[in-house]
Amino acid sequence: MLIKKPSDIKPSEITSESAYLSRRNFIRAGLAAVTTGATALTYRYFNPSPLPPVQVKDISNIELPKNFSTDETPNTIEQITNYNNFYEFGTSKDEPAREARALVTRPWTVEVGGMVQRPRTFDIEELLKFEQEERIYRLRCVEAWSMVVPWVGFPLKKLLEQVEPLGSAKYVAFETLYDKNIMLSSFSAGIDFPYVEGLRLDEALHPLTILATGIYGKELPKQDGAPIRLVVPWKYGFKSIKSIVKIMLTDHEPPTTWNEAGPDEYGFYSNVNPAVRHPRWSQAKERRIGELGLRDTLPFNGYGEQVAALYEGMDLKKYF
Amino acid sequence: MTDVRFNKILLWLNALIPLALLGYDAFRGQLGANPVEFFLRTTGVLTLVFLSITLSITPLRKILSNNQLIKYRRVLGLFAFFYGSVHLTTYFVFDRGGSLSGTVSDLIQRPFIAFGMLAFFLMVPLAITSTNAMVKRLGGKRWQRLHRLIYLTAIFGVIHFWMIVKSDITYPAMFALVLAVLLGYRLYSRYKPKPAVRRSAA
Repeated sequence: MLIKKPSDIKPSEITSESAYLSRRNFIRAGLAAVTTGATALTYRYFNPSPLPPVQVKDISNIELPKNFSTDETPNTIEQITNYNNFYEFGTSKDEPAREARALVTRPWTVEVGGMVQRPRTFDIEELLKFEQEERIYRLRCVEAWSMVVPWVGFPLKKLLEQVEPLGSAKYVAFETLYDKNIMLSSFSAGIDFPYVEGLRLDEALHPLTILATGIYGKELPKQDGAPIRLVVPWKYGFKSIKSIVKIMLTDHEPPTTWNEAGPDEYGFYSNVNPAVRHPRWSQAKERRIGELGLRDTLPFNGYGEQVAALYEGMDLKKYF
Repeated sequence: MTDVRFNKILLWLNALIPLALLGYDAFRGQLGANPVEFFLRTTGVLTLVFLSITLSITPLRKILSNNQLIKYRRVLGLFAFFYGSVHLTTYFVFDRGGSLSGTVSDLIQRPFIAFGMLAFFLMVPLAITSTNAMVKRLGGKRWQRLHRLIYLTAIFGVIHFWMIVKSDITYPAMFALVLAVLLGYRLYSRYKPKPAVRRSAA
């Protein structure tokens, strides 16, 4: 085939100026739509909407005497279940609500042993048969926020009485379940797993210290430490260890996860104390979840009258 | 409309989307259980995002041999300053209750706050001298030297973020990596061996 002339088609015959311009506008509109869509989706990916609460079983046939309860208004179940520190299921506040769904809470056993007369393993169903009470407690996180949570549970003392601690036992060590198939690695979370916590025996036996099995009259939502967790209302929240599988009595101060991660920041005692400052958060004030302003933090989270005697003669700035 | 003008509009549009979504979520009460903390964290991260994009203009310009890109740098830098201002204002009003003495004592007691403040206030002269008139008044060379302060802002900003994170350093580490690449590129192109000059045979 021969091409006789360079081209006898003028550019204007291929695309008219108006078509050229309208195509340009079309491309621009497309660009605007695609980029803004992508930006919005990226934003949403990093900031997903909170989830509705998962339905959990009622804790049935129980009387709920409200011993030691505060009369402050409890936080809503949405707040309590969408703002959690449960590093095994993610290090942000909203991840545990999604990721903890993988946690299997039945069957579940709690091994109780160490320096006790009668070591034994309790099935969760047995623990749910302990007489349950409602305890509306303030919860103060070391991150300077707080909530009021209507826990359901029973004093830890009642469990310890069943295993009969030896006279030589001085401390209680707790351990959270660790299942690497459904939980973060220590490397990703930046703290060691399994999560461990500890109390002095007299703290553990204090009537305010409970093992919680529920919130708002229903079994514990998974992200809140199902099926059984510790609640020590006068200490920073991280002491109240979640999803407990093991409780051991010992004669020495047990290692605790956050203390090992940052010994200058998180002490073994970690009593709520507005006078001990922290390099990240001023502990003098706190933000109650649901409020925009700040309130003053009280020594021992407002439970000083009941617990200050436990620490008589101790320098609480040294043993923070 | 020229392409540059259109691209600038596109930039504005995209840069304001996070703010619009933040505002929309705040309006319908969907900022989560702790809205103040969420707002602070998000505006802080956005500041670092815009600082990183601003700092990527020069390397991209050289790598892509596209000098047009310089035209978008000012807008990007000013958005970093804008989100930084929102971040600092939120902190001052809601976290410190608008108390100047409370802010100062926080500044002294918490090094990460000091780094954040430093990062922000180093941006102020850059924002003030961002107009064409100011470039002229200062003269190109001096203006350029002054605007190198953005390197410090970015470094202090990443340190600020790193220090507030309790244990999972993934996000601050990502920003640190991006920043290291962006600043590393500048060091490299400054000190790289000059192409050897071929000597003619004597």
